[in-house]
Parts: sequence; structure tokens; C-alpha cells
Amino acid sequence: MQPESYVAHHYPNLRQQEHAARLGMWLFLATEILLFAGLFTGYSVYRFLYAETFAQASEHLSVAAGTINTVVLITSSLSVALAHHLVQHGRGKAAALSLLVTLGFALVFLAIKAWEWTHDFHEGLLPGRFFTNAELTSTGAPMFFTVYFLMTGLHGLHVVIGMTVLAILMVLCWRGAYDHGYTTPVELGGMYWHLVDLIWIFLYPLLYLI
Amino acid sequence: MSQSLATTPPAPADAPAYNPRNYLNAEAGIASWLLTRDHKRIAVMYLVVTTLSFALGGFYAMLIRIELLTPGPTIMSAMSYNRMFTLHGVVMIFLFMIPAIPGVFGNFFLPLMLGARDVAFPRLNLLSLYLYAIGAAIAVYGMIHGGADTGWTFYTPYSTTTVTKVVPILLGAFVLGFSSILTGLNFIVTTHTLRAPGMSWMRMPLFVWSIYATSVIQILATPVLGITLLLVAFEHAFGWGIFDPARGGDPILFQHLFWFYSHPAVYIMVLPAMAVMSEVIQASARKNIFGYKAVAFSSLGIAFVGFFTWGHHLFTSGQSTLDAGIFGVLSMFVGIFTAIKVFNWTATLYEGAVKFTTWFAYFCGFLFFLVFGGMTGIALATVSLDIHWQDTYFVVAHFHFIMVGSVIMAWLAALHYWWPKMFGRLYPEGWGLVSAVLIILGFNATFIPQFLLGNYGMPRRYYSYPERFWPLNVASTAGASLLAFGFTIILVYLAISLRWGKVAGPNPWGSRGFEWDTLSPPPTENFLENPVYTRGPHDYTEAPEGAEVTHAT
Amino acid sequence: MNELMRKLLFLPEQGSAYATEVDRLHFFVITVTMVSAVAVAVVALAFFVKYKRRSERQTTPHVEPKAIHEVLFIAVPLTFFLLWFAIGFPLFVKLQTPPKDAMDVYVQGKKWMWKFAYPGGPSGVDVLRVPAGRPVRLLITSRDVIHSFYVPDFRLKQDAVPGRYSQTWFTASAPGRHQVLCAEYCGIGHSAMLAEIIAMEPAQYDAWLAETRRSTVATAQDSPEDRVDPRTSLSEQGRLLSGEYGCFKCHTVDGTRHIGPTWLDLYRKAEPLQDGKSVVADEAYLTESMMDPAAKIVAGYQNVMPTYQGRVPGPEIAAIVEFIRSLRTDAVRPEPSKGPVYVPVPGYDPTSAR
Repeated sequence: MQPESYVAHHYPNLRQQEHAARLGMWLFLATEILLFAGLFTGYSVYRFLYAETFAQASEHLSVAAGTINTVVLITSSLSVALAHHLVQHGRGKAAALSLLVTLGFALVFLAIKAWEWTHDFHEGLLPGRFFTNAELTSTGAPMFFTVYFLMTGLHGLHVVIGMTVLAILMVLCWRGAYDHGYTTPVELGGMYWHLVDLIWIFLYPLLYLI
Repeated sequence: MSQSLATTPPAPADAPAYNPRNYLNAEAGIASWLLTRDHKRIAVMYLVVTTLSFALGGFYAMLIRIELLTPGPTIMSAMSYNRMFTLHGVVMIFLFMIPAIPGVFGNFFLPLMLGARDVAFPRLNLLSLYLYAIGAAIAVYGMIHGGADTGWTFYTPYSTTTVTKVVPILLGAFVLGFSSILTGLNFIVTTHTLRAPGMSWMRMPLFVWSIYATSVIQILATPVLGITLLLVAFEHAFGWGIFDPARGGDPILFQHLFWFYSHPAVYIMVLPAMAVMSEVIQASARKNIFGYKAVAFSSLGIAFVGFFTWGHHLFTSGQSTLDAGIFGVLSMFVGIFTAIKVFNWTATLYEGAVKFTTWFAYFCGFLFFLVFGGMTGIALATVSLDIHWQDTYFVVAHFHFIMVGSVIMAWLAALHYWWPKMFGRLYPEGWGLVSAVLIILGFNATFIPQFLLGNYGMPRRYYSYPERFWPLNVASTAGASLLAFGFTIILVYLAISLRWGKVAGPNPWGSRGFEWDTLSPPPTENFLENPVYTRGPHDYTEAPEGAEVTHAT
Repeated sequence: MNELMRKLLFLPEQGSAYATEVDRLHFFVITVTMVSAVAVAVVALAFFVKYKRRSERQTTPHVEPKAIHEVLFIAVPLTFFLLWFAIGFPLFVKLQTPPKDAMDVYVQGKKWMWKFAYPGGPSGVDVLRVPAGRPVRLLITSRDVIHSFYVPDFRLKQDAVPGRYSQTWFTASAPGRHQVLCAEYCGIGHSAMLAEIIAMEPAQYDAWLAETRRSTVATAQDSPEDRVDPRTSLSEQGRLLSGEYGCFKCHTVDGTRHIGPTWLDLYRKAEPLQDGKSVVADEAYLTESMMDPAAKIVAGYQNVMPTYQGRVPGPEIAAIVEFIRSLRTDAVRPEPSKGPVYVPVPGYDPTSAR
């Protein structure tokens, strides 16, 4: 199959179609960032209102787990970029393997996250009215965990969506769907994964470090 | 036929008056509609669903007005009344005004005006429509199970503590937001990548400019509303306390997040109305717009400044006076961009060849509502006056003038102006004018008393009211019934004209907008040949094609 | 001029010191709006008449605006908008900044009543007495959802937000009565959440305050048991308590029908119920209706009354029932019962109101 056969009827050529797809993806990523922006605003407001409590509550999170997760996600971005590079050079099977590695990293990330959440459950570090921890008593503490669970929860949801997208791309890559010069879907899937990564890079210092 | 200056090979002189092989009959069967990727068919489906939503919202409106006919209880309990005005707001805003013009006329005409064969992502376009249907279904489910009683603004902590079914309504609005985002995304990419040869940015019809500006707002503001509504739903369902003062939350934060979307959302509604009117005024006056660049860039200006004015909804919330000052002054600048448009539209009539049609009548109504609605908006932004008016019927009347008035005027103008292009047949002009007059008068009779009620001090969302407000409320209800009557007439004659209307021909108005260059109704592929553009839109220095063939009246 | 414009625009009376200033800006804005709208309409009409379409093939010249046109289109409205703002904003700052010598009143919104408390007592529901001519600062908060304290006559409005205090102020120009409305939607009782500000002659106000404080020394703690003076008669206590609990929002005592049945002649009356039965309104039924209002709804009324289970201590229920018992047209009452806590305001003629 020639790349031209991918051109939809309303585009004059493949280059323009790919341009459209890329622009569309960038705009979609912008909406994703703004989706999180609402939560970042909430975080800023409550951080300002309850500065000390937020700092104390933050110490109840495991910095080690957060750091490992950051490393895991950044590495997974690398393997996605590698997959795109491989598929561009017609090596669909190798790209599929690279995507499989990415999915592995994503699973590790989710496993560590799940371990952290379980730990928080046992400590009673939960949002709003479920908060039962005895060590943190000031009013801002449940709010910190509301924000924490909302942000990591929404991010976790994005990880799962990204994994689904990458899994589909992996299967298609393995079957050789992108070996003929048309690799835009892999590129766009990779862009989405980079965004998931990027959001975490903001969450990590806000929730774990400061 | 002057092929040299026209653009696309326009409808050839021997073109059939009614295009026999058009997008409507290209494929048959329900499935061919439900699975279509044709932007024109999607537009027609949007027309059906938004009209149904409008009827539903109008039904709620009439119940509200009847309830307010007497100072005490009239036909329903306080709880039912509170649900009615909530559902009226939710349906009219999320199901009608936000999707109506972009969904119907944006979808149909944006590609036609750019010389494109479809929007950038046809499947995504169909998904938008389905998301609309799903969002509407969730919201209707919520309504059947009692509906919310929070007002469409969902202010916390009332919305998080009420016992009514607020969660389905919130989730419905959330899904509708997605639909709106995808439509906006599609239009932006279409405008960037599918302009036909010769269609430079400065040749784009003003309709496209305004829709483009609308789409920018849809993309940037809607996600914030999405997450905010989700947070309210979360708090209502699980009590996470993010906006709950009893748990250290801040209810005013909700208002900030909400209005960060919902103020720009006003422009999501008004800009498409301005888009339609920029086309209608040029075709009515048969003249190019007075200041093309001024009108085009003022759309972008509104989109930009619209993001920095949300705080003017919080003047009485205990906001600092400094914030109030900043938001007040920025709100003035939005008014300026609108003023630029109003003056340029009026100046377009200068040296024109103006003809009075139904859609020009709606343009006049639109200009009236825009000027008064806009000026009362500026008055509200004059902070000290807002203290008296905030949350009274003055605000209700103001936003019904500026949003609802202009959107309904534009929606009806667009329906009449483009009806021949969309369905190949003419509506009856006489009935069109009668109903236009009825609707414009009815609208004024409904909302001018509400301005006065606001001055008099009647707060909004009042189930019962002190007797001194009675006469003005009766006047308002009378006006509303006039409105309902006018809409019914339009519905009837448009439905009849679909089958029995006079065949319109490719260009019954002698318009030089690019969408008139193709056949009526357009073929599935939009154009018979690939269009190339050599002139700007609405260039009337040459006689319009087809004008001598068909006489529109 | 002021009066004419005010009546034309349906504005309520100007009851506070700054209301006249606010209205003056209002008149200026509305006049400019009208003049400019008429100007646009006249120009459009003139164009329409002059440039009417003469033939279906008519062409028109391509007109491009000069820069000066667009500059004027921007500059003229901007001048007016900024002028309004320049007048309006300082006025807003004034409206938001209470004078230093203002007396304080705490205002608490609550579904669906307004509670007022003076530092040092007393406190009351739905009636706020203030001295005319003296600035009053209101410190406003809410106990449940957001309400908004709105006095149209004063051109005053301030949201009552739970969890925080917001402030505003006014000076009543003359003795008189002014309605308070809730302007932020707060549920089924939103439109019944009315209160009244009574502006009194300063000297009379001082006398009233001193008298009230003397007779309510024991109630300063504001605990539910001793909110009313035990020395008054039981039915009088019931009357005061009914005001406190907001009963008069829905029940009248003069026989007129409101949200709930009137209390006049209610005691021992046979009330028809929704389910077709009827019940005699004795002590048991009256108490049950307070504790479980939905149990027996009188025909023709909505089930909107909140339960007072656990909110009203026993002795207070007894007092309220005793008060209802006292409301008989044929009974000799110690004093005429005319609704909540309204007493005639010296120097105020009710016939001149609105």
C-alpha cells in the first residue's frame, strides 16, 4: 500500500492531512492541560490558604515512591519516542516491542501508585469526610488529600487511557500497519503519552516535594 | 456568467434550479443518516435536535411565566418552580444556544465558505453529534427523575447539598462540553488546513472568522467547566469537600472556576450570532462590509478579552475592591469590540443597495438587542450600579437581550437566509415578515418589563413576590405568549416549505457569499469542481450571478 | 428631575445616603444609552431610505474605511465607557468601605430567615432596627448556603457566604421601613426569605436599645432555653419564639392564607386533610405538625414545612402551642397580635410608604 492511499477524500495530499492531524492533536492536548488547570488552580488556592498544613500533609506521602514513578514515566516517554523512530524506519515489529516496554513501565507506575494509595487508606489519609488520620488535625489536611486524590486519580485515568491507545498501536505496529511510510497514528499516540508524562512532572514536585 | 472573476465555477447558467442529486437524497435510509460523515447531513441532524431542545426549553419558559402570573402560587409548588428555571437554563444554554449556530450553520457552511469538501475530521464531527445526544439523554434522564433545583449556575454549597438529582444534570453538561470541544477543534483545524487555493486568511468570510474565534474559546474554556462540574458532582456524591466551607473548602473558588468558563461561554453563544449577522448584512445591503479587518479582528479581540472579565459576576461576593475595579475595566473593553462591530455593520449600509427581507428584519432586531443588551452590560460593569442590579431581573433581562435575543435573531436570520441553500426551496416571505415582527415585539414585551422589575428590586429565581411587582410580571408573561405564537408560525411554514415551497435556484438572493456558488441543495461533495478563489467574499462591484434568473420575492 | 427619572425607571425610594448618587450615575448611563441607540437607529434608517435597492442586478462600489473611521468607532464609545467607570468605581469603593464611626450589626443568613445581632445584645429575627442618620456596618455571613442581603431602597446588596464574613454599610436617610430580600437563590424558601429594616429616630432607637438590653440581660448567652424573658406570659413567649423560629414566614395570625394555614382560630378547629379525612387541631396535632409536618397535610397546602424535631425544646413547644391557643377572634387577648415583632415606629407614617 502506498502512503497516498491513506488520504481521505477531502484532503488534497497526505502532507496536508498529516498537518491537520497533528494540529488537531496539539489542540486536544491544550484542552487536556486546561482540564488539569482547574485542579492546579484549586491546589494553588488551598496551598495559599493552608500553607503549613499542606507542607505537613505532603510529608506523609512517600517521596521515594514519587521519585521512582517519575523516573519510570520519563523512561517510558523515551521508549515511546523510540517506537516512533523505529516505525518511521519501517521496523514495525521492533516498534511494537518498544511500545510493549512502555506499557510495562506504565504498569509499574500504576502498581506503585496503587501501593501508595493502599498505604494512604490504612493511614486514614483520605479526602474530605473520609479523613481519619489522627496525626494531622488542622482543617487543611483533608483538603490536601482531596486535591491529592483528585489530581493523581485524574492523572491515573489518563495513564489508563494512554495505555489503551498504546496497546492498540502496538498490535497494529506488530501487524505491519505502519510499515509503508504512514506513521501519524504512532506519532499522535506518542504525543498523548508525553503529555501524560508532562502532567506528572508538574504533579510530582507540587504534591511530594514542596 | 462571468467566469473570470468568480471563484469556483459557480453554479453554471444552465444549472438546474433544484439540484436533483444532492446531499439529502445521495443515500437513503436511516442508517445512511446515522452513520454519515457528511458535514451537511450532520448539520441537518443538529438542526433537528437543537430545535427540539429549543422547544423543550421554551416549554419550561412558558411554565415559568405562567407561574409568575400571580404573586403567590399559581400552578405549581416552589420546588417544581425551582426545577423549572434550572431546566430552562440548562436546556437553553447547553442544549440550544451553545451548539445551535456552530452545530447547524457552522457545520453546514464553514466548509462551503472555505471551498472544502468536508471538515477536517468528519468522524470526529459525527462523534460530536453523538456526544451531544448522549449528554442530552443523561440530562433528560435527570429531568425525568426530578431534575435539579440549583439554577443553571450550580452554585455551591447549595448544589452539593440539595436532595434533587443534580448529578445526572452535571454529567450531562460535562458530556455536552466534550461535544462542544470537539466541534471547536474540528473547525479550527478545518480553517487552518482546508482552505481552497486562493482562500487567504484575509479573504475568509467574516462568518468563518467569528466561528474561528468561537472555537478558540470553546477549546480553552470548556475543559475548565468540565473539571468544575465534575468536582461538584464528586462533592455531591461523595462529600470530598473541595467547595464545602465546613471542610475548609471555598465556595467562592467554585464561582471563579465556573465563570472562567461561563463568561467566555456568553461569547461562545454571541460570536456565532455575530458571524451570521456579518453575512446577512452584506447580502442585505449588497455591499462589502465596511471595515473587514476591524470586524474580523474584533472577533478575536472578544475571544481574548472575554477570558479576563469573569470576576464581574462576583462584585457582591466580597471580592476585593481592586479585583472588582480590574474586572470592571476589562469588561468595558469587551464592549468596545462589540461597538466596533455595531458601527461597521451600520456603516455597511452606506452606498449599499438595501432590500428588506425577513432576514434583514431579524438583523434589525438583532442590532437593537445587541445595542441595548450590550449597553446594559456595560452599565452592569460600572461596579457601583451592579450592586443594586446583581441577581435581580435586570440581569435576567440583560442576558436575555444580549445572549438569547441575539442568538435567536441570528438563528432565525440564518434559517431564513440559508434555507434555500440547505433545502433548495423558498419560505413564504409574507409569513416570514409577520412572524419576525411578532417575535421581535414579543421579545421586547417579555424582557423590557423585566429590566424595570430589576430596577424596582425584584430578585431573580423568585417563586412568589411582593404584590408591587405584579403588573410588570403580567406584562412579561403576555409578551412571552406572543413569542411562543411567533415561533409556532415559523415552525409550520418552514415545515410546509420543505415539501411545497417554491424552488429557490442556486442563488435566490443574488448574494456573493461563497456558499452560494454551489448548487441548491449542494451535492455531497459540495462542489462540482475544485474551487479556486480570486476575490474576497461579498464583492458586489460586479452583478451577482443568478440574480436575474430568479426573483426572490 | 431626579424624581421623574426615578419613577420612569421604576426605581424604589432612595432610602440611604448614597442611593441618590448611585441613581444619578444610573440616569447618566441610561440617557447616553438611549441617545446613542437612537442615533444608530436614525443613521441606519437614513441609509436604508437613501440606499434602497433599485434593481436585482444593482452593483455597489467597494468601500474601504479610512483609519480615522475605525479610530472614531473605538474612541467615542471607549470615552463614555471609561467615563462611567471613572464615576462608578470611586462610588463603588465608597459603598464598600464603611466609615470608621459606623455601628456594627452581625447578620446571619439561614434557610430562610435573617438573624440580626447587636454586639452586646439583643438579637432578633427578620427585623433590624437602626437609627436613621447614623452609619451602620453589617457583618454578613451564612450558616448554610450562600444568601444575599438585598435592600432595594438602599441600593445595597452583599452576599452572605458560609465560612466567611463580608461587610457592607449604609446610612438610612430618614425614619421608615425598608424591605430586605434574599437575592442569591437558596432553595424553596428563597422568595419568602424577607426581612425588614426599621429606621428609627436616633433618640428613640437609643431608648429602645437600652430598654431591650435591660429586659434581656439574662439572654445574652443566646442559649435556646432562655432566649425569651421567662417573666412574660407563656403565650407572649410563644409569640416571640414563633418569630425566632421563622414560623411567620408561612403562617399568619390575622386569618389570611399564606404558605401554611393561618393560626388565627386554628386551635380546636376541624381541618380537612389531603386524604379526605379531617383532624381537630388540638395540642397533640399542633405538636405533631411541628415535629413531623408531612404526617397530616391540610388540604390545599404544599408539604414544604421543615421538621422542628430536636430543634425546639419542650418548654418552647408548649409556649408556641399556648400562643396558638391564644389566637382566637372571640377571645380577649392581652394585646392585639399583628404578626412578628412589628411595633409602630415613631415619626413614621405608614400611608406614605411606596
